[in-house]
Amino acid sequence: MPVTTLVSYSVQRVEVMDVDGEVDASLMPALSPERITALYEVMVLTRVFDERMLKLQRQGRLGTFARVAGQEGAHVGAAFALADEDWMVPAFREAGAFLLRGMKMENFLQYWGGDERGNVFPEGVRMLPASIPVGTHMLHAAGLGWAMKKKGERSAVLTVFGEGATSEGDFSEAMNFAAVFQCPVVFFCQNNQWAISVPYHKQSQACTVAQKALGYGMPGTQVDGNDVFAVYKTVSDALENARNGGGPALIEAHTYRVTDHTTADDARRYREDAEVEEWRERDPIERLSRYMKKNGLLDDAGETAVREGAVAKVVEAVTAFELMEPPPPEEVFAHVFAEITPPLAEQRDRLLRRLEGRE
Amino acid sequence: MGTETVSTKTMTYAQAICDGLAVEMRRDPDVYVVGEDVGMFGGGLGVTLGLLEEFGPRRVRDTPLSETAIVGHAVGAAAAGLRPVAEIMFDDFLGIVMDELGNQAAKARYMFGGKVKIPMVLRASCGAGIRAAAQHSQSLEAWCAHVPGLKTVAPSTPADAKGLIIAAIRDNNPVVFLEHKILLGVTGDVPEGEYIVPLGKAAIKRKGDDVTLVTWSAMVPQAERAAELLAEQGVSAEVIDLRTIVPLDKEAILESVAKTHRLVIVHEAVRTGGFGGEIAALVADEGFDLLDSPIKRVTAPDTPVPFSPVLEDAYLPGAENIAAAVLELM
Repeated sequence: MPVTTLVSYSVQRVEVMDVDGEVDASLMPALSPERITALYEVMVLTRVFDERMLKLQRQGRLGTFARVAGQEGAHVGAAFALADEDWMVPAFREAGAFLLRGMKMENFLQYWGGDERGNVFPEGVRMLPASIPVGTHMLHAAGLGWAMKKKGERSAVLTVFGEGATSEGDFSEAMNFAAVFQCPVVFFCQNNQWAISVPYHKQSQACTVAQKALGYGMPGTQVDGNDVFAVYKTVSDALENARNGGGPALIEAHTYRVTDHTTADDARRYREDAEVEEWRERDPIERLSRYMKKNGLLDDAGETAVREGAVAKVVEAVTAFELMEPPPPEEVFAHVFAEITPPLAEQRDRLLRRLEGRE
Repeated sequence: MGTETVSTKTMTYAQAICDGLAVEMRRDPDVYVVGEDVGMFGGGLGVTLGLLEEFGPRRVRDTPLSETAIVGHAVGAAAAGLRPVAEIMFDDFLGIVMDELGNQAAKARYMFGGKVKIPMVLRASCGAGIRAAAQHSQSLEAWCAHVPGLKTVAPSTPADAKGLIIAAIRDNNPVVFLEHKILLGVTGDVPEGEYIVPLGKAAIKRKGDDVTLVTWSAMVPQAERAAELLAEQGVSAEVIDLRTIVPLDKEAILESVAKTHRLVIVHEAVRTGGFGGEIAALVADEGFDLLDSPIKRVTAPDTPVPFSPVLEDAYLPGAENIAAAVLELM
C-alpha cells in the first residue's frame, strides 16, 4: 500500500521595514504621507498615554491595567487597516486601537478607573469593549462576522488576542465556526511571547501560532509585529479578502511585551533583562520614525512636536477624567436588564431608602 | 373584554415551540435558529422540525459540535443586531457554555454601560423521566437564576411554551428557555398566530383555599393531580405555575399564601440550592405572618439522576408525594 502525502504546508513571515527603517518597496503598502504621519501620531499618543497611565496607577489614581508599550506596531497597525463599517473585537492590550476607533481618552481612563460608563462608545463606533477574560471574545467576533454575512454587509471583523488565548478551547471553537461558515473575521494574535510568566515555548509546541490556521482550513501568516507596515499590509489584505467573501484568516504578529503583564505584576521575577533589552532595540515607533526621517516625513523638531502634542492631549484627558463624578449608588441596578424587573426595582428602592436613612 | 374568539389548534409542546419560532421568524428577519442538528435533523429532540424547509439554511443553522461557539457566536451576533435562538440540546451542557452565558451574555449590557444589548434565547431540554441517566436529565434552572442579567423560563403547557418562546425572542435580554423532555409530546390547545405570554407572570392553574402549591415545568401536572387527590380528602389546593423563574412573580405567590396560609413548593431539581429555597425564603421574609404552618418543599433528593428505571421513578417527585406533604400540614 502506498503512503502518500495528503497535505503539506509552509508558513510565511512578512517583513516590510527593517530596524533601520529601510523598506522593501515591492511590499510597501500604499499609504500617503498624511496617513503615515497619522499612524505615527497615534502610535506616539498611545505610548505617551500608556506611560501616563502607569504613573496614575502608581499614584493610586487608576486601577490595574495592561500596558501596551512596545506593541504599538502590532495593534495600532492592525486597527489602522479597519474601515468605519468594520468591527473590532479587542482583548485588553490594545489601547491605541481604542483611541483610533474613536473612544475618548477620558472615557478609556474612566473605564480603567473602575466606572463602566466609560465603556459607552460614541454612536456608530463598531467596537466591543475590552474583554478581560482570556479568549472569550473571539467567539463574539465569529458571531459578529456571521451577522455581517447574514445581513449582506460588505464589512469584516478584526479580533485581537494574545498567544496565551490560543491555548483556550474558545480559540478552537471560534476559528472552526468562522471557517465552516466563512465568516469575514481576521483573527489577529499579538504573540508577545509571554502570558504573564509563561513563555511561548511552554504555551505551545507549535513553531508558530500562524500554522494553527491550517487545522481549521484558513490561511495563516506571521508578520513582524514591530514592523507597522508589515502589520498594516497583511491585515489590510486579509480584511479585504474577508469583505469580498474570501473567509477568515489568522495573522500572528510576532512581537514582545517589554512591560510587565499588568500593573499588578513584576516581570523581573521570571525573565531576564537582557531579553527585554534586545526587544527594546526593535521598538516599533523608533523604527517608523527612522523611516519617516529618511523619507522627509519627519525631522527632530517634528518628532518633539508630535510628542508634545500627545502629552498635551493626555494631560487634557486626565484632567477631564479626574473631574468626572462617580456614579450614583443606584447605578448598580442600571443595565442589568433592558428594563428593570420588579424584584430588582424593589431592591433598588430598598437601597435608596437605606441611603436616605429611612430604613 | 371583546367577544372575539382566538382560534386554536391542537399541537404538542414541541410543535408549539416550533410554531412560536416560526411566527417570529416570519415577522422578524433578524431571528434565526442555530445549533447542532437544528436543521436537517429537526433539533436534538425534534423541536425545530420543518423550520429548515420554510426558512432555509441561513436562518436554520446547523453548526459544528461546538456548544461554546453556538452560545458565544450568538452573543456577538446579538450585539450586531440579530436575534439568535440557540439550542444546546440538554441543559446539562450549561456547564460547557456557562462562561459565554453567565460571564458574557448576562453581563455584557451591564459592563458596557448599557450600550450593548444581547437579545438572545438559549433553548435547552431539561428534566428526567426518559431514562437518560445523570448527565442528560438535570433540572438546572437554579444555576441560571443565580446569575444576574439572565431571565429563565420553564413552561409547562403547549400554549405557554408558544407564548413564552415568542416573548423570550422579543425580550432584549438573554433568556434561557428550558423545555422539559417529558412534556415535549404532551398535546394541548394552542392559540394560532402571534400569541404572547409575558415573562414574569405566573399562572394560577387551579384555585383553592387551604394550601398553595408553587411549581413549574413538568411538576405542574403532578401538582394538579395532587390537588385532585387532596380534593377527595376535602383539602382545597391552589396550584401556581411560575412559568418564569426570573423574573419571579412574587405577588402571585404572596397573594395566594395570604388566602391559603400554607405553602408547599414543588420542583424536580435537587433540593439543596434549588429555587424552592428562594421561594421559601421570600415567603418567610415577606409573608411570615400569613403562614399557619411551616413551609414544605417536595423535590428530588440530592443525588444524581439515576439511570435505572426503578430508581429514576422513585427519584422523581410525584402527585402522591405532594399530597402527602400537604396532609402533613393540615
